[in-house]
Amino acid sequence: MSTDGFDIDRPWQVDPRVSMRPEPFGALLYHFGTRRLSFLKNQRVLAVVRSLADHPSARAACAAAGVSEAELPVYARALATLADSKMISERTVA
Amino acid sequence: MTLTHDMAPAGPSAAPGKLTDLFQLGLDAPICLTWELTYACNLSCVHCLSSSGRRDPRELSTAECMAVIDTLERMQVFYVNIGGGEPTVRPDFWELVDYATAHHVGVKFSTNGVKLDPAAAARLAASDYVDVQISLDGATAAVNDAVRGPGSYATAMRAMQNLRDAGFEGFKLSVVMTRQNIPQLDQFKAIADRFGAQLRLTRLRPSGRGADVWHDLHPLPEQQRLLYDWLVAHGEQVLTGDSFFHLSAYGSALPGLNLCGAGRVVCLIDPVGDVYACPFAIHSEFLAGNVRDAGGFETVWKTSPLFASLRAPDTGGACRSCGFYDSCRGGCMAAKFFTGLPLDGPDPECVQGYGSAALAAVSGATPKPSVDHSHRKVPVTIGRRRPPSKDCDENPLAGFTALRLLRCGAHTSPSHALHLGP
Repeated sequence: MSTDGFDIDRPWQVDPRVSMRPEPFGALLYHFGTRRLSFLKNQRVLAVVRSLADHPSARAACAAAGVSEAELPVYARALATLADSKMISERTVA
Repeated sequence: MTLTHDMAPAGPSAAPGKLTDLFQLGLDAPICLTWELTYACNLSCVHCLSSSGRRDPRELSTAECMAVIDTLERMQVFYVNIGGGEPTVRPDFWELVDYATAHHVGVKFSTNGVKLDPAAAARLAASDYVDVQISLDGATAAVNDAVRGPGSYATAMRAMQNLRDAGFEGFKLSVVMTRQNIPQLDQFKAIADRFGAQLRLTRLRPSGRGADVWHDLHPLPEQQRLLYDWLVAHGEQVLTGDSFFHLSAYGSALPGLNLCGAGRVVCLIDPVGDVYACPFAIHSEFLAGNVRDAGGFETVWKTSPLFASLRAPDTGGACRSCGFYDSCRGGCMAAKFFTGLPLDGPDPECVQGYGSAALAAVSGATPKPSVDHSHRKVPVTIGRRRPPSKDCDENPLAGFTALRLLRCGAHTSPSHALHLGP
């Protein structure tokens, strides 16, 4: 599954220049490079994003956070949005 | 105050309703805030929203500023919009900028450019965590200097050239929209493009000294329409700090949250540590506390009764029956307050025309700023006009210039706008 620059089977991470602040509704993200603000609308997408760097792929991060197959397309779209705005970036695996 | 020009939501929504509804109720910490570091300024802009000029002897010390930054870091405030006064005239300005960025608090500062020499520009270009806004209120020296003072156009242009030469891309060219400069929109865009800057347009507020010139400077109704159409045509290329959400009642909403963030997601810390709901509302009515109080800024943000009241669901008051209320949310609190209008009624520049009717009904004096640090002028007998100079006679803004000489005689402060979207 891939949407433009986002491939769910690749390893991802929160961009190092992004600051993430938990909020009751999810989280706010601020990118110091693009100076853009974004937000995560629920706790599960926050759990996915937070754990991206710990998994070999975004798909694995979603699965670990309890995202079902049926829900996956919605989460993939959310991650693609974050990739578009450079909030998350592809990780180079050594 | 405006919040964020560019917010992209991500993820399925667990919460019912829109994010703006959540923001309406306030956050545990501001997203960003405006911090006027000093009331001192080399200029005396006629519309200065903080009535700046002279340094206040009670100004926060370097150590006190650093303690505020520590608090902001702990609260995870993403960035501060530093202004003044002219913030770069503080001798510890660069030290404070470095301290903030080292503590994960991003900095955007507004300046008239007076200290942005090639060395300062090079230093700024090297940092990812500092952004700069150069204030310019006319695309020509004639229009700009009439508002910001003689020589201020040249100063701003020199600063932008220095930033360009240092390789700083995407700094902001910040313009307060007035009756005189709205015809120059395309010229401003050309200037920004020439320097590799991004254009940022903000609303003139009747705050500070702005109250004295608002009636002569604020855009005419047909200019508001022109501005709205221009903003719609330029979309996200042009920033507005969410300044113009009152214009959304013309039709589709402009990019941004279109929400007054005052006390909800933004606020102001002034040079002496006073915390106000909004940078355009330096008045005791909107004073929530002081960072020197026990508990500091965090306690003010979390426990101020004023902020609690601003976070309460608003009823819309007299605007509730208007079909456009969901677009404009009644407009700008500060604009209403300083023109003597009730806070739960229409904005003085309501595009549906309710503002002008309300203004006509205002009787008596309008609220005056509680603090005024304007440069002292040579005492002038009230009502005695200086003879117009030849320059004034020939200036297309002659009437306006004469007004400035009468009132002010001096020069500027950066006005930047925060809204939810600095």
